[in-house]
Order: sequence, then structure tokens, then C-alpha cells
Amino acid sequence: MSKHFKMKRGFNIRLKGAAQAVLEDAPAPKSVAVKPTDFPGLTPKLSVKADAQVKAGDALFFDKYNPEILFTSPVSGTVQAVVRGERRKVLEIVVEPDGKNEHCEFTKADPSKLSREEVRDQLLKSGLWPFIKQRPYGVLAKPADVPGNIVISAFDSAPLAPDYEFLFSKEKSALQTGIDAISKLTEGKVYLGLAPAQASGVFASLKNVETNTFSGPHPAGNVGVQISKVCPIGKTDLVWTLTPQALVFIGRLFETGKVDFSKTIALTGSEVKAPKYLKTIHGARIGDLVKEQTQGDVKERIISGNVLTGTKVEQDGYLGYFDQQLTVIPEGDDYEFMGWAAPGVDKFSASKTFFSKLLPKKEYVLNANLHGGERAFVVSGQYEKFLPMDILPVHLLKAILVNDIDKMEQLGIYEVVEEDLALCEYACTSKIKVQDILREGINSMIKELG
Amino acid sequence: MKALRNFFEKTKPHVQKGAKYHWLHSTHDSFFTLAFVQKNTSKSGTHIHDYIDLKRTMGIVVLALVPALLMGMFNVGYQHFGALGQLETTGFFDIFLFGLLKVLPVIIVSYVVGLGIEFIFAQIRGHEVNEGFLVSGMLIPLVMPINTPLWMIGVATAFAVIIGKEVFGGTGMNIWNPALVARAFLFFAYPAQMSGDSVWISASGIGQMADGFTGATPMAEAALGNTDLNAWNAFIGLIPGSIGETSTLAILIGAAILILTGIGNWKIMLSTVLGGVFMGVLLNIFAVNAYMAMPFWEHLIIGGFAFGAVFMATDPVSAAQTEKGKWIYGFLIGVLAILIRVVNPAYPEGMMLAILLMNTFAPLIDHYIIQGNIKRRLKRVQQSA
Repeated sequence: MSKHFKMKRGFNIRLKGAAQAVLEDAPAPKSVAVKPTDFPGLTPKLSVKADAQVKAGDALFFDKYNPEILFTSPVSGTVQAVVRGERRKVLEIVVEPDGKNEHCEFTKADPSKLSREEVRDQLLKSGLWPFIKQRPYGVLAKPADVPGNIVISAFDSAPLAPDYEFLFSKEKSALQTGIDAISKLTEGKVYLGLAPAQASGVFASLKNVETNTFSGPHPAGNVGVQISKVCPIGKTDLVWTLTPQALVFIGRLFETGKVDFSKTIALTGSEVKAPKYLKTIHGARIGDLVKEQTQGDVKERIISGNVLTGTKVEQDGYLGYFDQQLTVIPEGDDYEFMGWAAPGVDKFSASKTFFSKLLPKKEYVLNANLHGGERAFVVSGQYEKFLPMDILPVHLLKAILVNDIDKMEQLGIYEVVEEDLALCEYACTSKIKVQDILREGINSMIKELG
Repeated sequence: MKALRNFFEKTKPHVQKGAKYHWLHSTHDSFFTLAFVQKNTSKSGTHIHDYIDLKRTMGIVVLALVPALLMGMFNVGYQHFGALGQLETTGFFDIFLFGLLKVLPVIIVSYVVGLGIEFIFAQIRGHEVNEGFLVSGMLIPLVMPINTPLWMIGVATAFAVIIGKEVFGGTGMNIWNPALVARAFLFFAYPAQMSGDSVWISASGIGQMADGFTGATPMAEAALGNTDLNAWNAFIGLIPGSIGETSTLAILIGAAILILTGIGNWKIMLSTVLGGVFMGVLLNIFAVNAYMAMPFWEHLIIGGFAFGAVFMATDPVSAAQTEKGKWIYGFLIGVLAILIRVVNPAYPEGMMLAILLMNTFAPLIDHYIIQGNIKRRLKRVQQSA
């Protein structure tokens, strides 16, 4: 039974540089990497050493506390380096492709004929399990759990987000196989959230799922917002989430018996000469993707992901595990004389205090400057406008700041992860680090309650 | 601009911790950030941030106060020359200039004392100087009678900033509206100087008031049973009263600025007016004396009601923080203000007390709204399970 949810709260940041519907092959990356830092709370244990030979699908490392969760190499080649940071924290496991495309062999089967255990084990061994996140907390799903439901958002509403219909228009069978596989994992339903414009697209034609549509500004496409509408979770509930890209990887695995980590990303942002889609591989090196693609006249910031939740990466960094998009914006590390007092015809703002409200342009160039100093909470009623859930964000954040576990629980920490409150952080007058605070709160919940 | 920036950048190392002029750090920092939006970029979290910051937010409130300030200056002169009986012979600019020269010292004292204390606290705490006082420093002069001695303004400002704000942790942490704390402090500490008929008109050098001029505010008159108000003058602001609160017209212009920019909360403003109207009507119905029988709408244009509703009750820090709570908070301010005003003649200015009282109760209102949210969400999860 399909339902329509209309959301009023939220905000679309009108950034310049959305990808045109052009698909190009990116040059084959000189190296790829898997980054344990893409998984909050993960303690990686290495399975390989530098210079080891690996095939696509061979384990690179595993989760110390759930050793059956493997993280595998997206390509065949040589392990070039294990990059460590402070206190020897593992940051990246870099693999140099040998171009031979050797694959590990997995079971090739119709997942609807397999048992739950067979599907689960195949996902664990192939390294596709880490694509499954659990709510609450937005962390790695535990293989021993059985989720109440599985929820997938079939669109991304974030600034400059890729059009999923464009990305996955040719992947219908892989998507369907993926859904058939993961539906084995739950005793409840698999929910798919669509935007109204997708009514006749590839996602609307999928079977074995319950489809709902969500209209409204960002964060309508966030899976957390969709969960709060279709199957709200409390303390004892468990919901798993996946991205459509993960469905495609899983589908390919069962259809071919091999892991195939090739994917299409959007290259976006005001500093990109011609924003478009690029065909590349999971964990590809950034430098190979953006080479000669950016304007280069100002200092640039490259973001793996979108401007709200993405990770800052350098040329020698790598595409994030879940990221379907690269965004390049100006760094903006300049002083601005009396900037706070300027009329602001050019300054896009969620507030109504700039003249850009009266003379709206279609798209704006925004940089990474903070545009002000950090302050205590002063303005009230600001965050609520950006969160289409029945949650009081400021009170939740204050509960986290005083580490009041009971209050965090009551005020809805089970329902939100960083991306759901990212708009609040963008619009905050006091420049409060909303996402960092929320992750701190989630960490203390995990520590307290396990 | 380049020279100014170079000056700030060159002097910056000298005010860092351990350097010779470290005690000037908060001062350096506040002037630097005032002149230039800093070059700091996002290190974690969202990569883009809205252009709005607290400086702009507070700047817009100060901008919204300007009409009331200008009208207040004019009225100071108007009352003075009115008391002298020289209104016909004095030109517009002379009237305004008189008011300007009277009001300017009050503003200077308020800002110098308040910002001085803020700088010291920021220095001790190692914080940046908060912008909250930019507004408080303007509000304090505007709620004072013109004849308040400057030393009293200074003492009240110091009290408001230290006891009203900094002891709680600074802007964003305070329980009461600092400007009202200043006003209440004077009201209770120096009642003789802060009430009566002589404080409202700058009358130094006036031996004998002109005929028909008593210097009493309409509220004081009403409390005595004299309710024949010149509503037009009260609306324009040509009546005795505190510097900035007499002109309802100017305050409405300020309210329009606050509402259009979304800086001031329209829910609080509207609900305060509704509360005032509700109580006024109620008093009209059960009127046993002339003040209670005064048409309810006249309450909105005399005393500090309009000013309080637009600029004081809407202070986001001391007001209720939940959206439903704001309606309750504002409505009760309106009700209490009129009630205190009419029923208790010892406190002619009910608005100040009503807002301070509701500031105190705002966390309680929020508590019940939050509990409602918690219960509602719990029920929703249980239903879906």
C-alpha cells in the first residue's frame, strides 16, 4: 500500500554546479582505498600487510568486535600502503590495481531461493555487509540481529545530489536482485522511498517492496526522515538502511557470483568546469577523478559527498565508502571587511536578513568560510524549521552537551544521525557544531547501553 | 582597508597568551572580528555555513530600535519645550537637537560601562566578546526616564551585565532580559528618583511648568482616575514616558523590520498583544473604576506595553524556546502586564514586571511542552510497533 508524505519543513540550498546529464568514463584510478574512518565507531583489524597480492573481494581488514564483517578490496592488485594517523589509527588501506580484474568466486544464485543464513554469509564474505547500516545510531549492522524493517531511500535531496534515476536507469535487474536478497534478512518489510518525480522511473517498477513517496525540500530524501514517517523507531526497535548503490552491488554479486564495485558518481560544485557524471570505481583516488576538471582560479576544497555531510579530501585522498558525489567549492579563507553588515545581494541565506531574498538568483556560489564566530545557543526556533520530524533539536543537543542519557533517549536520539541535522548546522546563527555534538551523543549512548 | 587588516594581523601575535599585551586579547579580537569577517573555514561538519551570524542578528535588532530612538530624542525635546511653553517658537531641529544632546550621554554611558564589563569577562573566560550587549546597551537607555542621573545608568548597567547575565555564563545563558534587570534594579533601588512626575521631562532650568503641563505619564494620570488620553499623541509618541517607549508608531516600524527579517518572533509579539487585549476587555467588562473602564486598546499605546512586546518579550534567550511555549509565554505577558498596571497602582509599569515574571516561568512552560513532545513520540512508537 503506497502512501504519500508531504513535508513542509526543510530547505534547499541553491548551489551552483549541479551535474548535467552527461556520462563519461573517468580515467582508471592509479590506486583505490578503503577507509575505516568512513564507519563511525569501527575498530579495524588488518587481514593483509603491505605488498600483499589481493583479488577483488579479498578481505583487507575486519571489524575487531564482529570479526565476521569483512571489508574487501574493490579491485585486484597489490596492497600499496596502510596509511596510519595519530596513535597509529588506520586511516586508509590503499590498493594499486594491476588491471587484471581477478575476482574471488562467490555463490551465483537467485537469492529468493536461498535461506536467510546463506544470503547473510555471502554478504559478509564478499565485503558487501558494511553497506548495511542500522538505526538507531547509523552504525554497522550486526550480523546476529534481525531488523524489524529495512528502509531504502531512492533519491538524494542534498545540495547538488546526483539524480538516482540517471545513475541507476540501466541497473534494474541488479536492483531487483539486491532487493530480493536483502528482503531475506528481515522479518518485516522492505520500504522504498521515492520522490514524486520518480513515479515512472526504474525504482517505481521494483517488486517485493512497499513503496512510499515523499515530497518536500531536503532532507526529504534522508532515510532517517523516511523512517520516522513509515516505521518510527524507539529504544527497542531496529531498522536497517541501505543505499541504492549497495543494492546494485549486492544484485551484481548474486547475479554473477563476483563482486563488481564499478559505480557512477556525480562531479559537482561551482569550481567544476563542466559538472557531469563519471563512471569510476568504489574508493577511487580523488586526483584521478578531478584532474583538469576544476577551474583552478581560487583555492579549492574537494568534498567526497555533499556540502552538508561530506568529507574534505585532498587530491591524494579517496572517494568515501558511501559517497556518490564529489563537490568542489571555493575554500573562502579570506577576510571580508564588515561582511556581517553588508546588504548581501549576493549572499544566499536561509534567513531573511540579506537582500538576496528580494533579488533571488537561481544558483549561488558558496564557500567553506564559517562567516562568523562560534557562540552559545541564542536564537530559538531556528533548527525546527529544518527537521521534518517531531523532535526538538536544540533540546536534544543540550541533553547531549550535559550527557543526560535519559533525556537524549526521550528527545529522540534513536531517530536521528548527523545527516538529518546537517541543515541545522548550516543555518545556525551561533555556528554550533551540530553534527559533531550529535555523534558525541550517539557514542555515549552506545557506551552506556551497548 | 588593507592597512587596517595589516594592523590587526601584525598586532595579533602580541595579544596571544604569554605575550606582553595578552590582557588586550578580547579587545583586539572583538574589534578585529567587528571590522572583518574572519578567514576561518569549516574544519568538521557541514562545509558551508550560512552568512548570518550573531553580529548581523544583533545588528538588525539595533537597526529596528533606531526609529524608536530617533522619535524618543525628538520627544525629549518636545516635552522640554512643551513644559517651558515654547513649542510654538522652537524649530523642529532645535527640538531634536536638544533631545539628541540629552539622550546621547545616556547611550554612551550604557555602552561604555556594559561593553567594558563584557570585555573583561571575555578576557577572563578566554571567550570571544558576545554580541548580546549591542542590543542590551541600546535597550537600557530606551527604557530609562530621561532625568535618570548618569551614574545611576552606569550602576544599573553594571548590575544588569554582571548579575543579570555574566554570572549565568554570558549571552545565551541568562534567565532574565538584561535591560529589564537594569530597569527593575533602578525601580526598586532608587524608587524616589525613578517615579513621580518629574523624571519624565528633562526640565533642568525650568522653574515653572507651562499651564496644562504636569509631567505625569498617561499611566500615572490613569491611575488617578484621569483617563482622557490624547490617543493620537500617545500613538505618535508625544507623551511623557521613558525615552524610547513612547512612540507606538516608531515601535511598529521596528516590529515590521524584526518580523520581515525573521529576527523577532511574531508569535510572541502577537500573543502578547492578544493577552493585553484579552485582559483589557475583561477589565472593561468588570470595570469598577475609571482606570478599569479605560478602553482596552488604549493600553496598547501607553506606557511600555508596545516596546516591551516588540523588543523585550521577544529576546530569544529569556523567552520560551518552544514554538507552542511562545504563544503561552506571550499571552501571559500581555495578561499580567495589564493586570499589574491597572490593579496595582504602586507599580504603574506592569510590562517590565510581567516580562521579568514570565522570563522566570519560561523554562517551566518549556518543560511542559517538552514533556508533551516526549509522551507524544513515545506513543507514536508504541502504535507503530
